[in-house]
Amino acid sequence: MTGLLEPALIVVILTNLAITASSRLAFGIRLVATQGVVAGLMPLVLSPEEVTVRLVVIGGLTVVLKGIVFPRLLDRTLRQAAVRREEDPPFGYKASIVGGVVTLGLAFWLTGPNRMPLPAPLASPLQLPAAVFTLLTGLFLIVARNNALNQVLGYLVMENGIFLIGLALALEEPLLLEMGILLDVFFGVLVMGVAIFHISRAFDSIEVDELTTLKD
Amino acid sequence: MIASVCHLFLALVGAPFLLSVINRTKAWIAGRHGQPWLQPYHDLLRLLRKGAVYSRTTSWVFRAGPLIGLAAVLTATTLVPFGQARALVAFQGDFIAFVYLLGLARLVTVLAALDTGSAFEGMGANREVWFSALTEPALMLSLAALAREVGGNGSLSLSVLHLGMSAAVWSRTGFVLALVAVAWVVVLLSENSRIPVDDPTTHLELTMIHEVMVLDHSGPDFAFILYGAALKLWLFAALFVGLLSPVKTGLPGVDSVIALAEVMGVAVGVGLVESVMARLRLPSVPQLLIGACAISSLAFLIERHGVLLP
Amino acid sequence: MLWTLLLIPTLSGIAAFGIQRHPLRRILLLTAAVGQFAVTARLWMDWPQRPAPILDGWIGLDALGLLVLTICGVLFLAAAVYAVGYLEHENHGSLHRDFEEGSLFVNEPEAVFTGCLLLFLASMNLVTLSRHFGLMWVAVEATTLFSAPLIYFHRHRRSLEATWKYVLICSVGIALAMLGNFALAAARPPGTAHGNSALLVDDLIALAPQMNPLWLQLAFIFFLVGYGTKMGLAPFHTWLPDAHSEAPSLVSALMSGALLNCAFLGVLRGHQVCLGAGQGLFSRELLVGFGLLSLLVAGVFIVGQTDFKRMLAYSSVEHMGILALAVGLGAGYAAGLHAVNHSLAKGALFLTAGNLLAS
Repeated sequence: MTGLLEPALIVVILTNLAITASSRLAFGIRLVATQGVVAGLMPLVLSPEEVTVRLVVIGGLTVVLKGIVFPRLLDRTLRQAAVRREEDPPFGYKASIVGGVVTLGLAFWLTGPNRMPLPAPLASPLQLPAAVFTLLTGLFLIVARNNALNQVLGYLVMENGIFLIGLALALEEPLLLEMGILLDVFFGVLVMGVAIFHISRAFDSIEVDELTTLKD
Repeated sequence: MIASVCHLFLALVGAPFLLSVINRTKAWIAGRHGQPWLQPYHDLLRLLRKGAVYSRTTSWVFRAGPLIGLAAVLTATTLVPFGQARALVAFQGDFIAFVYLLGLARLVTVLAALDTGSAFEGMGANREVWFSALTEPALMLSLAALAREVGGNGSLSLSVLHLGMSAAVWSRTGFVLALVAVAWVVVLLSENSRIPVDDPTTHLELTMIHEVMVLDHSGPDFAFILYGAALKLWLFAALFVGLLSPVKTGLPGVDSVIALAEVMGVAVGVGLVESVMARLRLPSVPQLLIGACAISSLAFLIERHGVLLP
Repeated sequence: MLWTLLLIPTLSGIAAFGIQRHPLRRILLLTAAVGQFAVTARLWMDWPQRPAPILDGWIGLDALGLLVLTICGVLFLAAAVYAVGYLEHENHGSLHRDFEEGSLFVNEPEAVFTGCLLLFLASMNLVTLSRHFGLMWVAVEATTLFSAPLIYFHRHRRSLEATWKYVLICSVGIALAMLGNFALAAARPPGTAHGNSALLVDDLIALAPQMNPLWLQLAFIFFLVGYGTKMGLAPFHTWLPDAHSEAPSLVSALMSGALLNCAFLGVLRGHQVCLGAGQGLFSRELLVGFGLLSLLVAGVFIVGQTDFKRMLAYSSVEHMGILALAVGLGAGYAAGLHAVNHSLAKGALFLTAGNLLAS
């Protein structure tokens, strides 16, 4: 199973690059779902010998939540808002891919050898860079995209990144806390989905640069 | 040494055959019979027998373009290894020489196109140069990733990389090599002006990229250009299978046959891609190419920071 | 005792969603507010004897928590009393006319509003009561999620815009605070991180001198950025003016007076750990810096404000800056006193603003 770790991390990195490059929203939702499922299965890949109840429950819940529930929710929002793709983001798609590669390099640099003493040795030198890259991609999506749904996807990517960083730092959180975190993310996405539906009704589009009434 | 010379002749003779393989594949998919197997050879001979027509607005640049281009591609052929043999000419850094020889061929073609003063050629030259500028990082980075991985201490010679590849390397770093392969496929299709970057069978000048640059050449010049393009395709295919294919038995003759079969396989693959896909919208092509750059940079970064596999 | 603080608002909130008749629901709201106030008063009377911690020490009360809890309780009681009249006033028909833009809009169902209000109180209680950083994180995120529908009570474009900005910015900020949790756990000396007790505040303060200073500093930075976003420190305050000006006045009062303090509690807990580890200088400098920046930003923006509630919102940013500055300079008691002052005054101002705008 440990031989699957590096391919899994590379899949995570590739989904990040693909999300920054894609303008079609439904495709973006699929990519984030794939990333969430891979991230959810990562604990099982990391420690195949000690498959505890806790690991199975958390992994199972994450996979169901990020692989099935969130895409369904976001697809429904997408249908209700009747949008297919984002046309003109402030940071163009070609520039986004280049920015993605630069961010990847930045992630590798930030987590380079001997920068921070780690509590436990990493199972693979790719782990921490991939996790930090995911976090930075999520932040980039939130900042550089005008479409509200893309911003929600950015939030989900960020959450995936934080989850992966937690895994890389080998932190053992109790089961209830993990479930609490998952519940929070679920409710967050729920609230955001409802908000997007209302935005699409009130503004006739889900481009965030329409929301400019309140300013100083 | 003898093997290298034999492989050189194989490349020179077999290059147009790749074109007919591609065309026959497309025809077979479309349910047609397709052109005869030796059609490209007939076309080249026919063109060589014709006389060339030169426009009065062109200069020596236009006449020199195809010649220098063909010379550059022929020189690049001597750098490419095949089968179990080294290339005829091999030295440290020869893959950079390879890329730049092909770049020289492109340069003189573009200059000849601009020399005609025609708007179509200029447009084609613009697109060609833009796309090749985007493809070059992908090519270089993937070669660099391979150099670090396969070449032991990071050798920069194509022949060393070629001989260093084996099934053992794939089992060690399969995923990175898969990324490099994906990037290489895009580079191959782009550099040789195939779908999804450019449609070689289009007859509408506004949709052409490479074809429109050579619109004004005729006779032997056009024959040189066509032959050079076929040879370039052969070189890319040979490098692709040589650097990335894990099927190596170690026996010289068998390996050559396997490599030849794989090169034909690449041609069939190109034919399949051309039958299945349509050309991308022009604004989407840079996105594809930058995506290939991103994938090869990813492979390079992963290589650089080391991967631990059990 | 602590169970009642959590259960009363939670159960009332869930019940409020189901109750159909308005008077019954409003009575439930008032009862819950009074109950909260009574329990808080009882805790004050019992002080300094603290109530027994529950859930393995994850939930407990210390002095700081009691202070913020009291502020929440008092403000909620005032808000609940105000709410009864306010909801009655707003209930006079299905369509309302927006006086700023002239468009028609509807209100949120009252059941959703009341239910979310009570659950909001429950999550704020949980923030003040948690002795575990992870639990506190869950609670702060919960406050964001339950207060979002509250802002969107008047369903028009401006409040929707405010709600969207609020949800997105605060969720991102709080997600960054999670990284602070990780950094804290990573800062523990190797070999001491056990599942259940890895992030207990008391444990961490005890272990503080042996913790890795680099990770600790990183943790504090993440807490400051993350919980500071929720608290309204500049430059992460951009959601605050919009949310506070578009929400109904009693919600603005609660958010300004109670929620910002709860978020500050998150920063303070991190600061406590830093002090224990001898990194006090580092955290104090950061607090002073951000506090001064908030004062400056608020001072600049407040001058040109025409909207009364927006002006009050910027004033909240300023006061949060003063709180950060006070703690950064080491004046803890002064900060506590100022917090109480600010909450009560700002609450009263917002409620008055509501009356002004309604008339």
